[in-house]
Amino acid sequence: MTPSNIKYRIGKSRGFQVLTITLAFACVIPLLAILGFIIEAGITKINWHFLVNVPKPVGETGGGIANALLGTLIIILVAALIAIPIGILCGVYLSENKKSRLAYWSRLCVDILQGVPSIVVGIVAYFWLVKPLGGFSALSGSVALAIMMLPIVIRSTEETLKLLPDTLKEAAFALGMPFHRVILKVIIPCGISGILSGVMLSIARVAGETAPLLFTAFGNPYLSANLTKPMQSLPLLIFNYATSPYNDWHDLAWGASLILLVFVLMLNIFTKLITRKWKVQL
Amino acid sequence: MDTSSMDKDLITLSNASLGVISPVKTADSLKIRQRLRRSYRQIKTENVFRRVLVLMGWVMVVLVLGILFTLVLESVPSIRALGAGYLWGKTWDPVQDVYGAYPFLLGTLLTSFLALIISIPFSIAVAIFLGEYYPEGWLPNLLKNTVELIAAVPSVIYGFWGLAVLVPIVRGWETKLGVQPVGVGILSSSLILAVMIIPYAASLGRSMIQMVPSPLKEAAYSLGATRWEVIRSVIIPYTKSGLFAGILLSLGRALGETMAVTMVIGNTSIIPKNIFSPGNTMASVIANEFTEADKPVYLSALIELGLVLFLVTVVINMIGKRVISRFTNE
Repeated sequence: MTPSNIKYRIGKSRGFQVLTITLAFACVIPLLAILGFIIEAGITKINWHFLVNVPKPVGETGGGIANALLGTLIIILVAALIAIPIGILCGVYLSENKKSRLAYWSRLCVDILQGVPSIVVGIVAYFWLVKPLGGFSALSGSVALAIMMLPIVIRSTEETLKLLPDTLKEAAFALGMPFHRVILKVIIPCGISGILSGVMLSIARVAGETAPLLFTAFGNPYLSANLTKPMQSLPLLIFNYATSPYNDWHDLAWGASLILLVFVLMLNIFTKLITRKWKVQL
Repeated sequence: MDTSSMDKDLITLSNASLGVISPVKTADSLKIRQRLRRSYRQIKTENVFRRVLVLMGWVMVVLVLGILFTLVLESVPSIRALGAGYLWGKTWDPVQDVYGAYPFLLGTLLTSFLALIISIPFSIAVAIFLGEYYPEGWLPNLLKNTVELIAAVPSVIYGFWGLAVLVPIVRGWETKLGVQPVGVGILSSSLILAVMIIPYAASLGRSMIQMVPSPLKEAAYSLGATRWEVIRSVIIPYTKSGLFAGILLSLGRALGETMAVTMVIGNTSIIPKNIFSPGNTMASVIANEFTEADKPVYLSALIELGLVLFLVTVVINMIGKRVISRFTNE
């Protein structure tokens, strides 16, 4: 092999390395651009007035997003109340019954559910709750979000519990503990960090979901805490106001975007710190 | 308590429960009776708990079947009225009662595949960078976490940013190229989608590349291969199926993505002529017109789109998952 050939090959290798590094770091640019732009556009809009008032009608400046903040909080809270118990118990079932046929199908369904487009979940929630109940409601929005949370909670619970050593359970059984106490008092507390981070991740994911809420929670320009009535939420407000032609509404949407973005990113980073501290694998 | 005394107590207890008057009613037998009752209760709770767990297993199956059933049931009017030609019909005009899904199918395929083509070099680069070049250290760690955060940003925020920043830029390109400068359209949505789907293929590809056995790589190095040659002829062939699965999963994401696309695609129900023209995807037309659909067939046609979207994403995800599990089991 001639030296020039080797030089060429090494050069090619170097060139590819530089290209890879450049492309890899180029991925960060859009995220930084979005973050920078949203912070710049949103930070000036946020003040106390913005947080405690409802939006003003078109033409009047000012107004706030209190209804969306409250709505997001309520909708997510109810969704979590529905999804967390079902998700954790289902995760326990899947980790306890690794081989049964029902577990196989159940696991397959969790996989399917994870990939279902959010708009489809919205359609289904519309037919399950909005139509029978006779109108858009915050509750139907919560159910739609709960359906989206379930696969994440189930998966993280199952994966966490799978990592626990069998001896733990055997020791508890040997002491004569009944099955439900072993699960509730030994297994779940041992895996709580993993389960918790799954729950937080799922909340972070659905907090920004708009599509399932379009036909369920629908949005509401007034302050409302009634679960059976339409309710505003941050992503809905951003969508409706961002696509409107009014500058005042765009301002509200920028402020709301910043709040939503900070909330979601904080939840994600916090979850990551937890998983690193407790060495959980998701 | 030793066994013999326990036996005696049990005999006393069973006599008592059979109605036989026990010769002596000691404090011990009462205690045992309490203990037995407690363990009966615990066994009962245990059975209930087991049943609840099985029920939870069923909940997921019922949920997915329910989603499928609801979609099929609600799209029956449209299937009956429009038949299979619905999917190839070229015009969508609800006012005239003409429904054809072809513009949306084409719009969905165009945006998703364009987004995939744009994002693949970046996601593969991230996967190779984190999996092979620099698996450890603070800078790669930072990159990994930042790329994962890309997936965390809500899609409505991508849409809003796209509307405010990206659309004017694309409009500038269009003016330079001499096409009608609308800004919104297939290209803008593909660009936004490309950013959104980078993390999926990247994180899966990274874990696949890290699973390449080091003896394979070392053997190649010992034969005098350069780093690029190892990547090209050892790592890429070895992880081919894994990378493919990651790309499939990103495709599944891109197909179902609703909000960001709805905000920047322009929402016109005509067949897109080129990548600059505005259009509509299946998800975006549902998002836009679902609450306005006033006729049963109109609504049902939209739900049929949802059904198609559901089936396509399920199939893509299943293939992807199957490939991954086969890869990791090898």
